[in-house]
Amino acid sequence: MKKILVYLEPQNNSFKRVSNELITAANNLAQSSGSEIVGLCIGGNTSIYPSAGQFGLKKLVSVDFSGAYSSTAYAEIVSQVAKAESADVLLFASNAAGLEIAPRVSAKLDAGYVADCVGLEVADGNIVATKPVYAGKALIKTKINKSTKVFSLRPNVFTAIKNDVGSPEVTNFNANISDNDKKASVTNVSTNAGKLDVSEADIIVSGGRGFKEAGNFAMVENLAAALGGAVGASRAVVDAGWRPHAEQVGQTGKTVSPNLYVACAISGAVQHLAGMSSSKVILAINKDKDAPIFKVADYGIIGDVFEIVPKLTEKIKAVKG
Amino acid sequence: MNLLVCVSRVPDTATKIFVGPDGKTIDSKGVKYILNPYDEFALEEAIRLKEKNGGEVTALTVSADDATDILRNALAMGADSAIFIKAPSEPDSYQVAHNIANSVKDKNFDIIFFGRQSVDFDSFQIPSMVAELLNIPSASVVSKLEVNGTKVIAERDIEGGKETVELSTPCAISAQKGLNEPRYPKLPDIMKAKKKPIEEVPFFPVEAAVEVISIALPVNKRVGKILGDSDADINEIVRSLHEDAKVI
Ligand SMILES: Cc1cc2nc3c(=O)[nH]c(=O)nc-3n(C[C@H](O)[C@H](O)[C@H](O)COP(=O)(O)OP(=O)(O)OC[C@H]3O[C@@H](n4cnc5c(N)ncnc54)[C@H](O)[C@@H]3O)c2cc1C
Repeated sequence: MKKILVYLEPQNNSFKRVSNELITAANNLAQSSGSEIVGLCIGGNTSIYPSAGQFGLKKLVSVDFSGAYSSTAYAEIVSQVAKAESADVLLFASNAAGLEIAPRVSAKLDAGYVADCVGLEVADGNIVATKPVYAGKALIKTKINKSTKVFSLRPNVFTAIKNDVGSPEVTNFNANISDNDKKASVTNVSTNAGKLDVSEADIIVSGGRGFKEAGNFAMVENLAAALGGAVGASRAVVDAGWRPHAEQVGQTGKTVSPNLYVACAISGAVQHLAGMSSSKVILAINKDKDAPIFKVADYGIIGDVFEIVPKLTEKIKAVKG
Repeated sequence: MNLLVCVSRVPDTATKIFVGPDGKTIDSKGVKYILNPYDEFALEEAIRLKEKNGGEVTALTVSADDATDILRNALAMGADSAIFIKAPSEPDSYQVAHNIANSVKDKNFDIIFFGRQSVDFDSFQIPSMVAELLNIPSASVVSKLEVNGTKVIAERDIEGGKETVELSTPCAISAQKGLNEPRYPKLPDIMKAKKKPIEEVPFFPVEAAVEVISIALPVNKRVGKILGDSDADINEIVRSLHEDAKVI
């Protein structure tokens, strides 16, 4: 391992939190392998670059790109930078953009690629990556037998650690992009403005079929508001039309790893667990003491959500003052 | 339209997983294998496009095990023919992607469909990898698709919203739930599927890029403090979340 290239994603006035997590993960790898680290940012406002220095990034390659986001063009830029920098390890976030670009880049560089890693360590001079498989029912450790290695990391699993090294040294890179590289481009982005998305929230309160009807979700919303978190849902609830698909957590929905996941009246089916079992702390509320959700819970309350959730909301408000 | 749907054979999502004696693969004894659930959305979309625009749907799989059962599922749903690439041993994503790309590169498919992920390795990587190897554009995790001649408009799920991607054929699309409601084959379709051709194509020899070192069941390191619903219990949980776990 000579050089680690970290793919950074600008978002509004900073980098995405997961970008800082990637820098920390790269620093950990660099410490045990003596590699160099370089960040890569395509487009975005250069005024945010110093923020990456707070997490220990010393060098950053900046690529000016105006025009619509295009997975094909971005993948081409990343591989041109990787070649120019002789990077042999590339880190991406396992999110909507990373999961599209990383496999393309790995094909362009004839690299090996491991997606959605929850652990990376150096052993015998190689990187050992841990990733969940079979809906989180097992974990595999793998290594890449190619000289160039690409990994995508599950957001919110690797903690970003502050390590201020000042503003990174910035190099501008002129990528050679033709129209042919822009064969897929984004023409519109619609976001649920003002609403915290489950995939980016620190705290998620999810409700399941036990709430019986859409109207009762007000209870879940109140608890989420008291905690400053996002509302999530099980598939049963989404299929019933009580909540939008964007809120679904699980194998067919979103994979999340918040600091706190509260599962209210959710049985804990394996497909639901697939989406949330890497949460740091799990609180489950269910009237069935044998519900599988309790097997993965740190904290549990056995009882009726209709009574417990409002009480819990009040007590949390009191604690948070 | 000339449409390809890449499908995979995976353990049923509800199956219990046990580690095999080699410590590197799962024990396949007692495991029920099914057509990857997301591939059903991909198949359905391809079949609907064929029904609307005419053409052919081919299903393809790369597998170390006999996967004719899931190819027959695809044929029963409405695919016209199938391609089976039998791997000498459990292939990694790199080998699968290279095999798909190699076997279809001269076949002029307009759209190559995939499921957004296969539920065994949950990696979301084959669609974009194959697209890159074939030098065609792609859109992944697509929940809405419009095809007008060579113009393709795909809506895909992103964090906190949706993204509209414009691309043109030939292209690759990976299907997400919401794209459509997959049909259930009826008995006559299942009978007809038995007569449809499955072509066996030799495995394109390419070394794996990723090696499995070990597979293990996750260790539960959870606190496991499960209480009742009295006020004292709820107070104690709130205290633990605040003081012990420090998450509120
Ligand atoms: C291919 C596939 C993909 C899937 N993907 C997903 C996915 O992404 N996400 C997902 O969530 N599911 C998914 N599922 C569905 C999953 O198998 C379950 O059906 C679903 O998670 C169940 O939702 P639930 O827990 O809300 O409902 P149920 O299983 O009906 O559980 C409701 C729970 O609420 C409890 N309860 C009822 N009333 C009360 C009350 N008053 N107070 C307290 N507790 C109460 C019950 O004890 C029960 O445990 C998938 C399934 C398949 C086959």
